[in-house]
Amino acid sequence: MSDITYRQLIRDGLWNNNAALVALLGLCPLLAVTNTAINGLGLGIATTVVLVLSNITVSLIRNIVRNEIRLPVFVLVIASFVTAVELSMNAWFFELYKILGIFIPLIVTNCAIIGRAEAFASKNNLVKSTVDGLAMGIGFTLVLVALGAMREFIGMGTLFTQAHLMFGEAARGLTFSMGDNFQGALLAILPPGAFIALGLMLAMKNWIDQRNEERAKQAALEEEPEAAA
Amino acid sequence: MQFPTITSPHTDRPNSVQKAMLWVVLALIPGALAMIWFFGWGILINMVLAIATAIACEALVMKLRDRQVKPVIMDLSAILTAMLFAIAVPPLLPWWLTVIGVAFAILLVKQMYGGLGYNVFNPAMAAYVLLLISYPVQMTSWLPPVMLNENPLTFAQTLGVIFGGALPNGLTWDAVTMATPLDTMRTGLSLNQTVTEISSSPVLGEFGGKGWEIVAGLYLLGGLFMLYKKAITWHIPVSTLAGLAVMAFLFNIIDGDAYPLTSFHIFSGATMLGAFFIATDPVSAPGTRKGQLYYGASIGVLIYIIRTWGGYPDAIAFSVLLMNMAAPTIEFFTRPRTFGHRGAGHD
Repeated sequence: MSDITYRQLIRDGLWNNNAALVALLGLCPLLAVTNTAINGLGLGIATTVVLVLSNITVSLIRNIVRNEIRLPVFVLVIASFVTAVELSMNAWFFELYKILGIFIPLIVTNCAIIGRAEAFASKNNLVKSTVDGLAMGIGFTLVLVALGAMREFIGMGTLFTQAHLMFGEAARGLTFSMGDNFQGALLAILPPGAFIALGLMLAMKNWIDQRNEERAKQAALEEEPEAAA
Repeated sequence: MQFPTITSPHTDRPNSVQKAMLWVVLALIPGALAMIWFFGWGILINMVLAIATAIACEALVMKLRDRQVKPVIMDLSAILTAMLFAIAVPPLLPWWLTVIGVAFAILLVKQMYGGLGYNVFNPAMAAYVLLLISYPVQMTSWLPPVMLNENPLTFAQTLGVIFGGALPNGLTWDAVTMATPLDTMRTGLSLNQTVTEISSSPVLGEFGGKGWEIVAGLYLLGGLFMLYKKAITWHIPVSTLAGLAVMAFLFNIIDGDAYPLTSFHIFSGATMLGAFFIATDPVSAPGTRKGQLYYGASIGVLIYIIRTWGGYPDAIAFSVLLMNMAAPTIEFFTRPRTFGHRGAGHD
């Protein structure tokens, strides 16, 4: 485990071992809150913060915690950070806090977080665990935002509505709209839309991976035609 | 229930997907023609548009998969899906909704699962539900049948509405559209009117709705034709109608003022179309005979439940999709016993 490079960590978190697209972890909040891009971004950032902080803490205490009780300890650590994030959002992003509702405290149960604590942070040093948490969190956030944007655009013809809830009044200009005449497909915003859109995203990722693999194979063949023959 | 064991020879005449589909398409035509007569050119325009879209989508997928295009289109399954969809949607549906619906049916519901024979859900009904949930206003704007229609649209005007979205001068949507018999019944009941009071509404006919009951009768005839040609077996349609009829009969006996007659349920909405043409889709229904009885009866009961207490006027699509999900389980528990083994599911 210790020979893993930072480059690999980042690539794993963002693409190869993406928490949402490959490990399929944390799907409950993923499917539930991604009806707009901003909701997805909000939850993604909250999850990333918790992930980084819990990875750091778990990595620091990894030699003190006895193996038998490690899971309850990890859960306690994660729950503390989630509570902190929840209170902070309640204080500074109240509107967003109201929209995301139950899904902020539910970050505790996001398997992606305890998964990283157990599989990575409890076995690696501080810096690597931090990088891993950050990469995983950003990878998760990107999926949330992409899914949210897709559903929001198909469903309502807008992008980044309510951006001001997150970035203040100045961000109102970020909102993109197709105009009032756009007739969106309501289904995209409803729960089935989340499942269909996620399915399509998974298919797209697998398709890209397959194509890259084939190209690599082709390239390898062209480099060593004799060996292949 | 016991069914006779059929001994060999099992193949008494050559049969093919194409032939079975052809019988279904032919059986659908009388009812479809009646719908064009009662509800105007829109049905025909939708059908042509839907079939063209379906063929284009199938061709696209076959090209992407490096398969031959022609045999897949010639098996008629996509065309049947398109026809069922076009019959199910309102006559003046904007063209882009028809295109979205059929493309969804063929690309996502059928081909993404692997094409004909692999789809879990009935493509036409999945597309119908997609549109009904996403665009409830357009999807519930039905025209009145021809004898009640004060503002019948010409062919050119219908084209203009479907492709341009603009009604001819002096007409509003309220003047063109009218509540369907099922809508009328539902609205009346919610206003605490009795079934008898509602039945005096001009929309309602002898059994179901004016015009609708004739269309339903023709679908029944088409269904009998398919039974005769052995394109379908009796199990699913009979159990579907029976499930619905038993529910309707029971509740009608309990309170005849609040629950309409059995005949109303059987002859209005898409009951006949659903029982004979949609629920019998061989791909998404269970394969065992016994399972088909459970499947059909559950669809019938669900139709009644959703029509009576649900949020949407008609319920064929929802019932069929719900039971599509249950079909593999039904199949598992109704496997015929193999000789020498104890019973289904215990081998």
